[in-house]
Amino acid sequence: MLRITCPFCGERDQVEFAYGGDAASVFPDLADADLDRWTDAVFMRDNPRGDHREFWQHQHGCRQWLYVVRDTVTHEIKSTLPAREPRRAAATHEGRKG
Amino acid sequence: MSAQPCRLARGGRIDRSRALSFEFDGRSYAGFAGDTLASALLANGVHLIGRSFKYHRPRGIYTAGLEEPNALVSLRRGGRHEPNVAATTVELFDGLEARSQNSWPALDFDLMRVIDRVSRVFASGFYYKTFMGPTRGAWMFYEKFIRRATGFGTPPLERDPDRYEKGHAFCDVLVVGGGASGLAAALAAGRSGARVVLVEDGADLGGSLLSRPTGGDTDAWLRTVVGELRRLPNVRLMTRTTVFGAYDNLVFGLLERVGDHLPVPAPEQPRQRYWVLRARQVVLATGMLERPIVFGNNDLPGVMLASAGRSYVNRFAVIPGRKIVVFTNNDTAYAAALDLAASGIEVAVVDLRSAVSAELQHDARHAGIALHPGCAVARANGGMHVRSVEVCTFDSAQATIGDAKLRLPCDLLLVSGGWTPTLQLLGQRGAKPVYDEKRAMFVAAEIPRGYRVTGSATGEPGLRLRVASGLKQGSTAAQACGFAVSPDAESVGATFHDERIMTDITPVAAIPDPPDAGYRKKFVDFQHDVGFDDIALALREGYESIEHLKRYTTLGMALDQGKTSSVNALAIAARMLGRPINELGTTTFRPPYRPIAIGALAGPETGLHFKPIRRSPMHELHARNGAVFTTAGFWLRPWYYPKPGESPRDAYIREADAVRKAVGMVDVSSLGKIDVQGPDAAEFLNRVYTNGFDTLVIGKARYGVMLRPDGIVADDGTTSRLSENHYFMTTTTVGAGKVMTFLEYLLQTAWPELRVQLTSVTSQWAAIAVAGPRGRDLVAALVRDVDFENAAFPFMGVRHGHVGAIPVRLLRVSFSGEMAYELYTPAGFGEALWQALSDAGQPFGLVVYGVEALGALRIEKGHVAGAEIEGRTTLADMGLARMASKKKEYIGSALSRREGLIDGNRQQLVGLEAASSAVALRAGAILCEPGRHQGHGIGFVSSVTYSPALGRHIAMGFVAGGMSREGTVIDAVFPLRGEVTAVRVRSPHFVDPEGVRLNA
Repeated sequence: MLRITCPFCGERDQVEFAYGGDAASVFPDLADADLDRWTDAVFMRDNPRGDHREFWQHQHGCRQWLYVVRDTVTHEIKSTLPAREPRRAAATHEGRKG
Repeated sequence: MSAQPCRLARGGRIDRSRALSFEFDGRSYAGFAGDTLASALLANGVHLIGRSFKYHRPRGIYTAGLEEPNALVSLRRGGRHEPNVAATTVELFDGLEARSQNSWPALDFDLMRVIDRVSRVFASGFYYKTFMGPTRGAWMFYEKFIRRATGFGTPPLERDPDRYEKGHAFCDVLVVGGGASGLAAALAAGRSGARVVLVEDGADLGGSLLSRPTGGDTDAWLRTVVGELRRLPNVRLMTRTTVFGAYDNLVFGLLERVGDHLPVPAPEQPRQRYWVLRARQVVLATGMLERPIVFGNNDLPGVMLASAGRSYVNRFAVIPGRKIVVFTNNDTAYAAALDLAASGIEVAVVDLRSAVSAELQHDARHAGIALHPGCAVARANGGMHVRSVEVCTFDSAQATIGDAKLRLPCDLLLVSGGWTPTLQLLGQRGAKPVYDEKRAMFVAAEIPRGYRVTGSATGEPGLRLRVASGLKQGSTAAQACGFAVSPDAESVGATFHDERIMTDITPVAAIPDPPDAGYRKKFVDFQHDVGFDDIALALREGYESIEHLKRYTTLGMALDQGKTSSVNALAIAARMLGRPINELGTTTFRPPYRPIAIGALAGPETGLHFKPIRRSPMHELHARNGAVFTTAGFWLRPWYYPKPGESPRDAYIREADAVRKAVGMVDVSSLGKIDVQGPDAAEFLNRVYTNGFDTLVIGKARYGVMLRPDGIVADDGTTSRLSENHYFMTTTTVGAGKVMTFLEYLLQTAWPELRVQLTSVTSQWAAIAVAGPRGRDLVAALVRDVDFENAAFPFMGVRHGHVGAIPVRLLRVSFSGEMAYELYTPAGFGEALWQALSDAGQPFGLVVYGVEALGALRIEKGHVAGAEIEGRTTLADMGLARMASKKKEYIGSALSRREGLIDGNRQQLVGLEAASSAVALRAGAILCEPGRHQGHGIGFVSSVTYSPALGRHIAMGFVAGGMSREGTVIDAVFPLRGEVTAVRVRSPHFVDPEGVRLNA
């Protein structure tokens, strides 16, 4: 069982959170109706050994979405950020799928 | 009740002042407080406890602990009946009822024993070989006989009357195991001020110290240490508790048996409590378990582990035999032999090793023990109990058996094949132990972060060193949590003399058959009846991987999870394959370490508590009005309101009919409600709904549909614009949570630039829909401050008014197709508003209706709901293609244009009516071309109702070709009940397709 440090509420148990999918895949701009890019974003997932970037929602807490880096081998939570931040900051290097 | 013929006159850790009476298989026996069921049975000379899983062989008590493979019994009666409990773990209480298992007609006369005689037929793989392929059909016939012949106890048939609880606990240092080293670790950590939890499976602290003779100096040490621990406020001692699982991040699953040692749990107490414990450091002081040696008839009652023999005589003052043979390949069994001999019992030792240490030889001679070094017990003799053993010479270097030497009469055979440290919790974390050839045991190799291992679990035999290690590990664990440890933290005010440290072992797991002895079964896994020959067979057939071997033979897969058998099986397989044990590895360890009742894991979350229940603010009113409730998501909603003597069907038909003819009202408070505010709210709604929302004007509502990102329809509802930057969204009852979460996801991950705030207000608003041709008359008569003229308050209008002092938000929307309003009021006014409508409604012929009538009305109008928005359907599938805006992109728009989703052959929504008014339709029926009832057909029925307006059953469904089939008759097939019903395809808008009524 994981312990996740919510940047807003502090360290909490996994049962308060809901997994929200791969954070490496982000929706293209709505105006961009390219079928392949949307297919990638919605369906295609990497399955890395080691660090995995993923969204979690503090559903039974502050309801904020979090950007979490978790090691898929050890299940160690490496970092947690408000989900808005990496999306705002790193459209550049997160867009490796594009 | 009889005397206890095998109880010593004095000694033991039982309380002789508290005599207890109990029953086994209907016979009464006596025991003492402090007994286990096993020790009390042995005190009464009862050795035969049950019949084995497959061969129905008689089985007795093999151990004195939770590793017990044989002595499984059923306890208690009725709803408290509990099968498959190891008698060695049951604390005796007055009135305990226990029963043997898997015997028929009686334990001492079991006709199924015939299976043992023909057992070669039932070797490993019997079922696969016999019932696969052409003979597979035979399984159907034989299954019930086979199921009756094999197995463990039977499940209870009545509801368990006891409560189970869940708890969460936290500590700095968790110590697993209440033996000497665990107590020492808890003491050292506790003295630093760290919050310590010490968990002990048994009722008493002390571990193996309890199996030593009473009155020794270790008893004084134990009293001192436990006394100090009890005085430390930061130390919690949890006995009768098992750490059964080790999970990520130092989270542990614990089972506390609160009331298992009582006839019924104490008042206000649960039977068991399941704990989730989070620790910062953990010290495993889990001890070790003795292993058997495998030889012919080694499963006979009267054969048990040497450590168990020692435990019974010292702890329980029970002499489990009058004439005892101890068979060992190592030094440790001598402790049992010497303690039993000291009780005045005749003891002989058969030792595989030809070289036994001079000290032990001296001790044995001094105690009057006959010693047979360089010999093996080749087999045990006896029908229902061991009567003698065949002793042969044994060459331990070659592990070969020699000539029969003598036959030793005996009524108890104690066996010791070495020891296995208990490292399952490490194994659960993926840290597999490695085999130490010299010590002939698996020991911990890699230790996960935060874990420490101490005491016997490290394989250390000496008590003094185990205690020192416990103190050290307790200190360092506390230090790792940031606590300062004082220099004298590792001293205990009581000392003891160490027993002689005995470590020599000749690791032989199985004794070969002597040349002249004839065939006898040799069991490795007693509980699953897996023998030496089964391992040989599996290896011959190519199942050489240890994981395959396990599954093919089912070795180690019984309730005891191979605690006494796994290492022997590995040693046997390794020897047969000529490879070192470490090359074979171990199987995977998974929780739970010992069986856990499902009831404990479920805790209080059963029945109505299985999931949360949400009730409308008007729930009590509905209940008083005789509503029958049904569930929708987490909600309890009025299903229908039967009049006296009225059937459910008559009730909903009457309710729906009254709505079409006069007026009805229904509680729609469970609809999801989301308050959407912010300068970018219009833009946000435009992106999430398929239709346009930027053009919605203040004071109007609009029906909207949302897609999932993959283009499938997610949910629908109406959204009203209350002011420039303020919208009020409704969702379906069931979809509310998912919609809210997804909208938050979009705002926080994809579109953080949008200035929009979402608030779930589902619970804050009560909602009532008033519908019917007289709906306006009723609402207008009651609500003030609103102009109800059709032009002033048109369809899809939003207004605010008052009923008396009650504020009301009105939406002129309709699910039933009638002239209708939804009235929203703050939840606290819900009952008052309902009551006001109810009072004012009498002159208008108002009826209250439930969700069944609501469903009937919406099906008559062809409105889609959850049965149609079911995760596979597109807008076009549901005839809603016009809802897809072509002027903008929205969530799901790109992927909704996927080839597969715009295929013209997709099944599309149609209306269906029963060709005959006399037949009923069924949701879930398969739609087929007439007479061609094969495969998946051409579609399915999604929603069904009786239509009062049409006087027959109607339905909505999806069919290939959709409305191109209008007017044709097809078959609705329901194979489960053998029904075929002819249905006519027609428009799903059965009633008032032009919408005259709702615009009136």
